[in-house]
Amino acid sequence: MSSKNIDSRFRGNDSIESLKRKAKTFRRDILETLETAGSGHPGGSLSAVEIFLTLYGYQINHKPDDPRWEDRDRVIVSKGHVSPVVYVTLANFGYFPKEELKTFRKFGARLQGHVHSKVPGVEFNTGSLGHGLSFANGIALGARMAAKNFKVYCVMGDGENQEGSVWEAAMTAAHYKLDHVCAIIDYNKVQENGPTNEIKNLEPLKTKWAAFGWHVLEIDGHSIEALKAAFDEFSSTRAKPTVIIANTVKGKGVSFMEGKSAWHGKAPNKEQLAAALKELQ
Amino acid sequence: MELKPIPTRDGFGEELVALGKINPNIVVISGDLEDATRAEYFKKEFPGRFFNLGIAEQDVIGTSAGLSTQGYVVFATSFAVFLTNRAYDMIRLDVCYNNFNVKLVASHGGVTVGEDGASAQCLEDFAIMRVLPNMKVICPVDYIEVKKATRVITKTYGPFYMRTSRAPLPILTKEEDAFVVGKANIMRAGHDATVIACGVMVSEALSAAEKLKHEGIDLKVVNMHTIKPIDVQMIVNSARETGAIVTAEEHQMAGGLGSAVAEVLVQHYPCPLEMVGVKDSFGESGTPAQLMAHYGLKDVNIVAAVKNVIKRKRI
Repeated sequence: MSSKNIDSRFRGNDSIESLKRKAKTFRRDILETLETAGSGHPGGSLSAVEIFLTLYGYQINHKPDDPRWEDRDRVIVSKGHVSPVVYVTLANFGYFPKEELKTFRKFGARLQGHVHSKVPGVEFNTGSLGHGLSFANGIALGARMAAKNFKVYCVMGDGENQEGSVWEAAMTAAHYKLDHVCAIIDYNKVQENGPTNEIKNLEPLKTKWAAFGWHVLEIDGHSIEALKAAFDEFSSTRAKPTVIIANTVKGKGVSFMEGKSAWHGKAPNKEQLAAALKELQ
Repeated sequence: MELKPIPTRDGFGEELVALGKINPNIVVISGDLEDATRAEYFKKEFPGRFFNLGIAEQDVIGTSAGLSTQGYVVFATSFAVFLTNRAYDMIRLDVCYNNFNVKLVASHGGVTVGEDGASAQCLEDFAIMRVLPNMKVICPVDYIEVKKATRVITKTYGPFYMRTSRAPLPILTKEEDAFVVGKANIMRAGHDATVIACGVMVSEALSAAEKLKHEGIDLKVVNMHTIKPIDVQMIVNSARETGAIVTAEEHQMAGGLGSAVAEVLVQHYPCPLEMVGVKDSFGESGTPAQLMAHYGLKDVNIVAAVKNVIKRKRI
C-alpha cells in the first residue's frame, strides 16, 4: 500500500506548472534573503530548490499551521547550511510570515544561520555535516516501534558523503530495512573549495549506495516530474531504504553563480542581486 | 555486615531492567559493547527495545537523538572513551544543542579498567562532557547509588552523561540515603580539611581519613557524585568550615572534578586547594591496584595532599 493513500488530504496538490512558477519565486526569495543578511549559502540553496519544493508541495504529509502534528512526515535537513532554501520553503508554505525572512542571521532572530528547530517546521538543529541520516534513522526506528506510518526524509549534500558517519548511518538503515527512510542527495558536484571529484571523488556514488543495501534512484534534481516519480517509487519500495541521487547544478538559475564554488558560502551584494533577479523573472 | 564490592556497571544494568518493566518508553542503544556495559541485561529482557548499531559510535548518538524525539527515554551505551571521545560532535550537536532526552551511560572510566591499557581507559570524559551546555555529568560511588542515579536520570528530562566502573567498588551508601542530582553527600564529618571526591576515589578518601585520624587530623569527606551541575553550596560550606580542600578523581587533573571545584572556590570562597588525579598522562596496562598506585590515586596520595593543603591554610 502506498503512503500516498495515508492522510492525503494534507498533501500538496500543486500542479507542475504552479510548482515551476514557485521555483522561480523561491530562488528570488533565497537571493533577497541572503542579500539582506549579508552572508549565507546561495550555491547549495539554489541547487536544492526543486527538491524542497517537490517535498513540501507534493510529497509530504504536513500541516503548516500545526508544525508539530504527530503524524507529519519528517524532513531532516542534514546539509544545515542551506537554511535559505529551507526557510524560504517553510515561509512560502505558510509556516511563518515571509516578512520574517528579513531577520535571517540577525541577532535574536529565530532564523539562525544554520537550520534551527526554533523555526516552525524545522525538526533538527544542524550545521555540522554527516549528522542527519543517523537522526532520521532514529526517528524511523521510533516510528516503527510505535506503529506509526509517517515517512522520514533526509536532505543531504554531496560533499557530506565524505563524512564517515554517513556510511555508519547508511549501514544502519539498510540493516534495519528502514523502507520509510528516503535520503535525497543534492548532487551539485561542487563543495566549498572546488569540485567534489577533485577534492575527494564521490564516484561511483550510485554504486556505493547500492552496495550499502539501498534502493538507488538517480535523476535530474531540477525536474519536478522526475522528483515526483522518484518519490512515488520510494513510497512503493519495501524492505530497503531509498536514496535519490539528484543531479543538480550548484547556484542553479543564476548564470554567474552556476557551478562556482565561490558561491558556496557568499551572499550577493545589491548589484549582484539585481542582476540575478533579472534572470529569474 | 560488610557487603562485597560490586562494579557500578552491574547496578546500572540491573536497574535498567527494573525500570524497563515499569516504563515501556525506555530504549537502549549499544555500540556492540552491551556485554561490557551490562546493557545486555536489558537486551535479554526487552529485545524489541534494544538496538546494537555495531561499532559506530557517531551513529549510536545520532540515532539515539532521533529516537528520543518519538517520546522515548534513550540510553546510549558504550565504553567511556568511545562514547564521549569518538562521538563528540554528535553529542554536542545532536544531543546537547538540540537538548534531547538522551542518557549517555559509559562503562570503563578511569585506570581501573586495568589490563586493556590506555586506549580503553577514559580519563577525559568529565572534562569534555561538563563543558557542553545542557549536559549533566554523574559518577556514582557504588552499586546502590548507581541504581538511584539510573532511576533519577530516567525521570529527569534532558541529556545526562553517567560514568560507571568496570572495577568492583566498595558499598559506601545505604538504600535510604538521598540521591539528588547536584547535591553532594557528606560521607564523613571533619574539621581540618575536606576531600571532595567521586567514584572510586571516595573510598580512597575515607581510607585516607582513617590514616589521618591517627595523626590527629580530622578529615571531612564529600561524595561529589554530580560533577555538573556542581554543588556550589557544599563546596563553599566545606571551604568555610575546614579552610582547605583536596579533590580526588580517577580522571585527568585538568578539566574534571578538581577544575570544577577550583572554579567555584576562586569565584565564591578562595581557599587552598590540592588536586589528586592523573597528571597529564595516558594510562597503561596493569592491575587496577597497580595502576591506582602508579598514577598517584591511592589513599596515601590523598594523605599527602591533605597535609600539604593544611600547611597552606590561612590561620
